Parts: sequence; C-alpha cells; structure tokens
Amino acid sequence: MSTPMTAETIQTTYREAVRAAIREALLRDERVFLMGEDVGRYGGCYAVSKGLYDEFGPERVRDTPLSECGFTGAGIGAALGGLRPIVEIMTVNFSLLALDQIVNNAATIRHMSGGQFSVPVVIRMASGAGKQLAAQHSHSLEAWYAGIPGIKVVAPATLEDARGMLWTALEDPDPVIIFEHVMLYNRAGTLAADAGAVPITGAAVRRDGSDISLITYGGSLFKTLEAAKALADDGIEAEVIDLRSLRPLDDATLMASVARTHRAVVIDEGWRTGSLAAEVSARIMEQAFWDLDAPVGRVCSAEVPIPYPKHLEDAAVPQVPVIVAAAKAALHR
Amino acid sequence: MSGTVFRMPSLGSDMEAGTLIEWTHRPGERLHKGDTIAVVETQKGAIEVEVFHDAVMGRPLIEPGETVPVGTAMAELEPLEAIAEQGPGAGRAEGPAPAAGSSGAAPGAYERLGGTARGTGPAETSAQGRTPAAPGVRASPAARRLAAERGIALAELTGSGPYGAIVLGDLAAAAKPGARAPAATPAQARPAPRGGLDLAAMRQAIAAAMSRSKREIPHYYLSQDIDLTVATEWLGARNADLPPAKRLLMGVLFIKAVAITLPRFPELNGFDRDGRFEPSEAVHVGSATAIRGGGLIAPAIHDADRLDLATVMNRLRDLVSRVRSGGLRASELSDPTVTVSSLGDRGVDRLYGIIYPPQVAIVGFGTPRLGPWVVEGGIVPRTLVTATLAADHRHSDGHRGALFLAALAQRLQEPDML
Repeated sequence: MSTPMTAETIQTTYREAVRAAIREALLRDERVFLMGEDVGRYGGCYAVSKGLYDEFGPERVRDTPLSECGFTGAGIGAALGGLRPIVEIMTVNFSLLALDQIVNNAATIRHMSGGQFSVPVVIRMASGAGKQLAAQHSHSLEAWYAGIPGIKVVAPATLEDARGMLWTALEDPDPVIIFEHVMLYNRAGTLAADAGAVPITGAAVRRDGSDISLITYGGSLFKTLEAAKALADDGIEAEVIDLRSLRPLDDATLMASVARTHRAVVIDEGWRTGSLAAEVSARIMEQAFWDLDAPVGRVCSAEVPIPYPKHLEDAAVPQVPVIVAAAKAALHR
Repeated sequence: MSGTVFRMPSLGSDMEAGTLIEWTHRPGERLHKGDTIAVVETQKGAIEVEVFHDAVMGRPLIEPGETVPVGTAMAELEPLEAIAEQGPGAGRAEGPAPAAGSSGAAPGAYERLGGTARGTGPAETSAQGRTPAAPGVRASPAARRLAAERGIALAELTGSGPYGAIVLGDLAAAAKPGARAPAATPAQARPAPRGGLDLAAMRQAIAAAMSRSKREIPHYYLSQDIDLTVATEWLGARNADLPPAKRLLMGVLFIKAVAITLPRFPELNGFDRDGRFEPSEAVHVGSATAIRGGGLIAPAIHDADRLDLATVMNRLRDLVSRVRSGGLRASELSDPTVTVSSLGDRGVDRLYGIIYPPQVAIVGFGTPRLGPWVVEGGIVPRTLVTATLAADHRHSDGHRGALFLAALAQRLQEPDML
C-alpha cells in the first residue's frame, strides 16, 4: 500500500506493528478493548500485547477463560452494545469453537435485524504453519471464513498492513476477521514513523512483472516474492499480488494483472481442496478466460494435518522451489 | 447443417498416435464414404485412412509431418451441400476466415470457426461472440483471441505449448494486424517413405498388444486334428488347370471355413469393450501375415463369410503384397472380428495363438502333414492339420469352443461347399 511520503522511518517488527496498532486504538477510542486467552498478564501467546495490560489495566486488556465460544459471544454482545472489542483467538484452529458465534450471530445480525443492529467486532487470530506446533495449532483455514457472507476477512502480510488495518477494521460497522500468520510476527523491517490506518479492501501489487501473475496472501507473500526473485534470474518477470482482503476479493486488480501477464499461479497455504486458491482460480476462469495463455496453477498445502516434524512441516506447505516450478510450468519452461 | 471434423483414428488397441504423411484430397473436393482421405504412418507402417461418410474435404487442421494422438481433429469435413451451394473448391480453402462482412459463402461454417469473420471490435463483441478460432485446434484462450483479432488461422501455426498447444508466443512471429497469415509452414523434412516400416516400432506395438492380451484376457486353448485329405485332393483338382496366379492356397480354405462356421458361434466373433462383449454380425477375418525382417500384422478380409474362395484368395494376395509394400487401409487394421493364423507349409504341427485385443478369439492352423489316421478300424496315412482355438473365457466357454472346432472340422470335409 501507499508508503507515506515522509522520510522518517523506524525499524520494527510485524509483532510490534500489531501492538502499536492495538495501542493506538486503545488510546484513540475509549470504546476499544482487547480480550482473549492470556492477552493480559502473560502478554499474549505470541507476545503481541506485551505491556498493554500494565498500561491500560484489566478493564481494557481482559484475560478470558479458555472458552472461545463464550468470549467471542461476549465480544459480539459488547459490539452490539456499542463498544469496539478486539477479540484475540490464539489460533484459527481454536476459532472453530467460536464458529457458531461468528457464523450464526456476528455475520447474520445486520441482516436478520433488517439493518437495525451492527456488530462492529474485530476478531484477530493467528494462523499458519512453520513453528512446529503440530496439527492443532498450524492450519490455514482462512478460506473457510472467506466464504461467509456478512463478514470481512483480511490478511495483513506487510508491516504497513499490520500497523494500519486494525484501525480501519474497528471503524467498519460490520465484523472483520484479521488473520496474522505466525511466521510473520518476527519479520523485521522499516516502517514510516507516522504509519497509520490503511484500507482493508483491495489487493496490492507487491512486485511488477509482465510474464506471470503470482497471487498470494499472508504468510506466503514473502516466499512468493523470493520465488519471483529466483524467476527473475531465469529471465521471468513475475508480478506478485498480495490479496490483503480475502473477503471481498479484489477481482479488478487480479483480472487486470492477468490481462497483462496471461498466466497465473495462486499460492495459498490452505489445503488445495476448496481453497481460496480454488476460488481465485475459478474467478480468473470466469472473468479472464480469454486472457489466459495457460491453465491457472495452484500451490497449496498438502492435504494432511500439518505435521509436527520440521522436515515434514516444511514439505507440507508451499515453499519457494515449488512456487518457482509452478510458475515455470505455467510458462511451459 | 454443420460439418464435422475428421479425427486421427485408432488403428488398433495398441495405437496411441499417428503421423500424417499426406492428405489425398484438397479442400473442397468431394469425399465418398470409404474414400481414402489421408495417409498416416503408424507403428504398422503407412496406412490409408478412410472417411466414414460422404462429405467435402474441409480445412486441414494438422500438417504433413505432424504426429498427433488418436482422437485429435485432423481436418474439417463439410456437409455435401457445401458443394451444392458454392461449387467445388469454393469457400473453405485454407486460410483464415475472411474479414468482416463476407457473409456470403457457407456462413454456418464460418460461424463454427469462431464468429471472428463477422466480429467487430472486441469492445462490441460479447464474450460469447468472441469464441474464436478453429475447433479442434489446441490453443490457449489468449492465443485464440489474438489470432481472431489479427485474422491468423491457428491451424496454420505450430504450437509450442503443452501437448502442442498454440500459445501467445507462437503468434508473435505470425502475421501483423491486418496481414494474412503466412503460407503453411514449409513441409517438414520428413515425409516418411510410404510403406517404410519401422520394425522396432512394430515390435513395440506387438509387445504392447500381446502383453495386454496375456495380462487381461483369460485364454483357454483347444486343439483338434482334422483330416485334410479330401480338401487336399479337391484343392489339387481345382488348381490343376489354373495358372499359378489363380491357384488357391489351403490357407484360403481355412479362412473361409472359419468365416462360415463363426455365425453359429457369435461369442467368438466380435469385440471385448471394457469387459462387455460386443458381438459382430459381420465376419471380418484378420489374416496373420508375417513380415520379412520380423513383425506380424493381421489385416482384415472383410465379410469373408460371403466371399467365394477365389475372391478370398485375391484379397489375401492383395493384403500380403500391401503388407510388404505399404498402403494398408485403416479399416483393414481396425475391423477384424477374429484372427486366423495359418503356418502354411513350413511350420510346425500346431500353434496356440494369443488373442489380439479387443478381439475374443484366434484360430490357428499348423502345417498340414502326412500322419496316421484311423479309418474304418485300420490305420492309414492321411493329410492332417491341427486346428487350435484360443478364446476369451470371459465371453465363451470351452464347451462352445469345442463345438466350434468340431464344426470347423466338418466344414473342411466338404470343400466344394466352401
């Protein structure tokens, strides 16, 4: 997204950017509070909220019981009552316990109340593999949420988006789910000192290229950028698109890119069957068929519960060489 | 009425691809059912491929020298009224559809070609109306659209993509906007010699077919010694006054005897289609013919049960000479409903054949020999032949097979009825 024009920058990490975003929200709007398992005294299981409990106190940084359905429901109720809750769910795997609240309440109340009630809740959750946390803590179920009408789903991959998406999500009158890939938290980089809110809709072209569109999001973005670099060494200029918003999808950006490159590979850490990659691929087929010079390729996770051993975990999820190979296959190279 | 496409035929269960050697008709020429449309090189040599219905030769979709999988569209066929409407040679000559507005000749044909002829600017055409380019040509959607916009005939390009698909890169060298496509790619440097048999390829084909047969078909084997004395004497008498070119071979009697016996045993005459038996009313006897230098082929003598012996003989001679010189027809390779393998006079007493899929039976004849035979309680020397049957136990049983061999033996006792 847009990098502010100021020259002043800071060195930071994705984790610190998320924390700065929460802190800013807590400071700017007294209706905002953070709730979740171990977000308070412990500082968050990924240390995102470290220090916030001491700064803002137990009223606004609330530890909850291990009860995803209960506290997500409480968050939805608080949003209905006029507050702006940030609900943190430790990992997307655990969010399945809260699925009833999200699908049957958060996503439906605007519609079922004839527009009388809004649910301005923000639910953050970690997702993805790479930390050897085994099958119950490592999955990428973004696609499941991206299929639910009534909510917005975003996946910040860059520092700018980690820093800027939360505030915009809190401003949104409807539920927004934010997926933070666990392998991104430690990513360090440069961020404008005055970085702030960014739009939560729209995809972003992270790298320009003319030969193929590599479409991805979240934790796979940097692998894909690395793959694009490797492809450039072979004379292939790959365009890399960061979806950013998983619901709604930014069809216009995708199709414009495919119209230029005529080829696409979708990289998605979700399981292949019914994946977000499948949805993106289908839309390209529907909307850009006559632009295609090759079948749309997909690089997804192996259809297994994400394994614990490092080498198997690595083998199960998209990696740079596989992305490179898929791109070359689409180019018949 | 719309036309059709002519596809690379399967000339045997072991055939995966064929190479076009030449087209025998030019676009616009009339084709009668059974006419040769093209010569195709397969592992069995150069084969003349026939059309199955009356039509007018349309636009070729592949070039001589191209190798394409079975089922690939090779050329467009126009309905006969194309001639009536346009006169021979008009219309669907090679080349792209003419520019917009030429809706005079064979509009249906051009519409099937993609509607590009009448297309206006891309902005005005609906997605549906933009379906460009020749059906049956493998080309990416983007290549099809660009070809339509530039008026380039995809069929004249060679694809570099997967499966030979034409991709955008292949169009880069083609005509610039507005220009006509260049003439067809220059003839490849390999118009294979007609009849030039690739024995190694044939060996592979035999290996594939026989391995499949032994792997998939539960053969049962029966054999029967047959007194051939009467037939031998009859044949000698008949040939006595004939010039060598008209003499009958014993093998012809075998083919005819098998052919007229089979209608009573339909379970031995036909095809296995994915485990289900498809009987054939016609009896097309594949006559196993050895090839000098190795190899074997069993082209069909069509409707052998209805031909007189002299005609069977002529067909056999013709087949043998064409096996050796090339020029077998596609139908001769794919049509046999049963195979007869006859060792002639320089073989052994008996042979047990391997069924040629998808057929379900093969009848073998050993070399006729002088042997002891019991006639009216005494042992006498007689001319004998051992006939064998290998049949597919999925579709027939040994009992019926035995009855077949017995009936066959009886037929050979009455050569004048053959």
